[in-house]
Amino acid sequence: MATMIKDGNKGSWLTAVLLAPTTLWFLVMLIMPLIVVVIFSFGERSPMGGYAASFTFDQYANLPSRLKAFTNTLTYAPLGTLLTLLVAYPLAYYLAVKVSARWKLLLLVLVIVPFWTSLLIRTYAWIFILGGRGIPNLLEMIGFDDVRLINTPGAVLLGMIYGYLPLMVFPIYVSLEKLDKQLLEASNDLGGSPFRTFLQVTLPLSMPGMATGCMLVFILLMGEFLIPAFLGGGKIFFLGNALVDLFLQSRNWPFGSALAVTLVIIMLVTVTIYMRLTMGSKTGRDVSIM
Amino acid sequence: MSKDYKDNQPITAKKLMEEFRRYQNGSVSRRHFLGVTGLGTAMAVMGSAMPSLLSRPAHAFGEVGDKLVFSTWPNYHNPVNIEEFTKTTGVNVQVNAFGSNEEMLAKLQAGGAGWDVFVPTNYTISTYVELGLIQELDLSRIPNFSSAAQNPTFAGPATVNGKVYAVPKNWGTTGFVVNTKKITSGPKSWKDFFDVTMGAGSGHTIVHDYQLTTIGAALCALGFSFNSIDSGELAKAEKLLIDSKPHLFAITSDYQPGMRSGDAWMSICWTGDGKQLNTDMPEMEYVVASDGGELWSDFYAIPTDAPHLEAAYAFLNYFQDPYIQARDFEVHGYPASDSRVDAMLPASTVNDPILYPAKELMDALEFGAAKTLTDPGRAEVIARFKSA
Repeated sequence: MATMIKDGNKGSWLTAVLLAPTTLWFLVMLIMPLIVVVIFSFGERSPMGGYAASFTFDQYANLPSRLKAFTNTLTYAPLGTLLTLLVAYPLAYYLAVKVSARWKLLLLVLVIVPFWTSLLIRTYAWIFILGGRGIPNLLEMIGFDDVRLINTPGAVLLGMIYGYLPLMVFPIYVSLEKLDKQLLEASNDLGGSPFRTFLQVTLPLSMPGMATGCMLVFILLMGEFLIPAFLGGGKIFFLGNALVDLFLQSRNWPFGSALAVTLVIIMLVTVTIYMRLTMGSKTGRDVSIM
Repeated sequence: MSKDYKDNQPITAKKLMEEFRRYQNGSVSRRHFLGVTGLGTAMAVMGSAMPSLLSRPAHAFGEVGDKLVFSTWPNYHNPVNIEEFTKTTGVNVQVNAFGSNEEMLAKLQAGGAGWDVFVPTNYTISTYVELGLIQELDLSRIPNFSSAAQNPTFAGPATVNGKVYAVPKNWGTTGFVVNTKKITSGPKSWKDFFDVTMGAGSGHTIVHDYQLTTIGAALCALGFSFNSIDSGELAKAEKLLIDSKPHLFAITSDYQPGMRSGDAWMSICWTGDGKQLNTDMPEMEYVVASDGGELWSDFYAIPTDAPHLEAAYAFLNYFQDPYIQARDFEVHGYPASDSRVDAMLPASTVNDPILYPAKELMDALEFGAAKTLTDPGRAEVIARFKSA
């Protein structure tokens, strides 16, 4: 540090060298493709499919034709995030606070283990669990006939919670694990009931973990296409599905690009507002993602 | 035998993980993944039930390299054939499977696909030629190909402007499959198909995630051509599809799981899937609709920028051998357009009404038309239907 202050030029030169690979990576792998996508979004579909150079706002004007994809994504992604949070919190709380040190490691590993298998396989498995020969078959044995689970909104939400649970559990776990037990004792000494202690001490202190977890899950759900395709039977259509369609089936690159640009803008705006709301008030209390 | 079985096992745990990774990386599609993992078991059993009885003549090609990239459809090959090709020529075959012609075209159009051989359907060939994406074939390098043995109805689309760009693989029909235990009214046409969907069978029908067949079915139900690109007719088909959407079980080309579990009672269906379902569950009836539908034939073609041309020709020649084609048929159940293959099959197979529908039913069918592949109107109709 002292050297850097004494010899500022040398320090900044070193910084530049160290940052160069990252900068280059971002430039080539993120910024340049993004520029291409923006340029394509003002073009038109060539007669055989693909991109033809042009300058038109037609693609953006056509966005309302995918209105349902927007409303679906913007409903299911926040809802899925909220439900994942509700399921993940008790689990993270149990892991961080309640469970004995002996079992903790094993249980943590069990939360990670599903991540070793592709989300595709795990989601495909749900097709059989929720399908006619799965749970509905068991329900029929106890007298509930004709229960339909697969290809319903509930199945899609279930798939989302199942698929992204670990991403929510871990940030919350980290923030709860660092929780100072003395604060809980202090609350207790001051006459706070366990519920009130949870509400006024534990919950606020785990906010950064919840904020990080929600962000991780929300961003991934906004781009999701596999779960709605598999567990929604292709009837529940997200922006991700619209993009897959436009690039891989109808080969309408310009419209696909316009849709992608719009999605990126929506994400930037939502995430910025979200960060202002959740992180802004708490200075320096961030929980790192991993 | 047990060794045979092991050899033909389609996927090991390690390979399965590799396939996952490839899927995760986005280098293969979901269909590919399902193709290599899903139907594998059936293939292994059938493949090992037909060990090679005859020894094949060594190939008349010299050095053909050691690699070939082959893009095809799921459930469409006997793995024994591909293994044998590798053994006799030393060429390792990398197989990619796709779910629609549009997807294949998208990959080739984007450039740098690196394919040596792929399997386009009849109606796409003229577009590939027009876009310069496939090359004219030198038939002298495919001595096993017999022009005289081909059924011109199926082999015809390979010739564009008097030049041959592809050699035939198999042909089939697109109809629908009905679970006759659940639907007893005996639907016979696409009109019946949509009536049942919006009536007694509500909630239990699957349509393909594929513009050609799904829009085609709706058009036929309304009395229009399977291939129509007329905007007024397409608008009516779109309305029928959107009206029926709340009554559908799913929009997917992966319809066997839904039909087998009993959740779905009826689905748009290709010959081979109809045959496979009917074999396992006799209540599954394959129907060639009386008001039309698709007749199709698939081909082997070589992309213009194929990196391993020698291997590609060796591959094409190998698969024109009628014995090899018959061995493929045993697994996938799609007829060949090559009469030498039919001659090798048992009479019961050649008389199978699923595989070889009656002439009056065949007469109502249409080949897919090139214009449907690139028509932006049809692409938009299917996309709006799905996002509705």
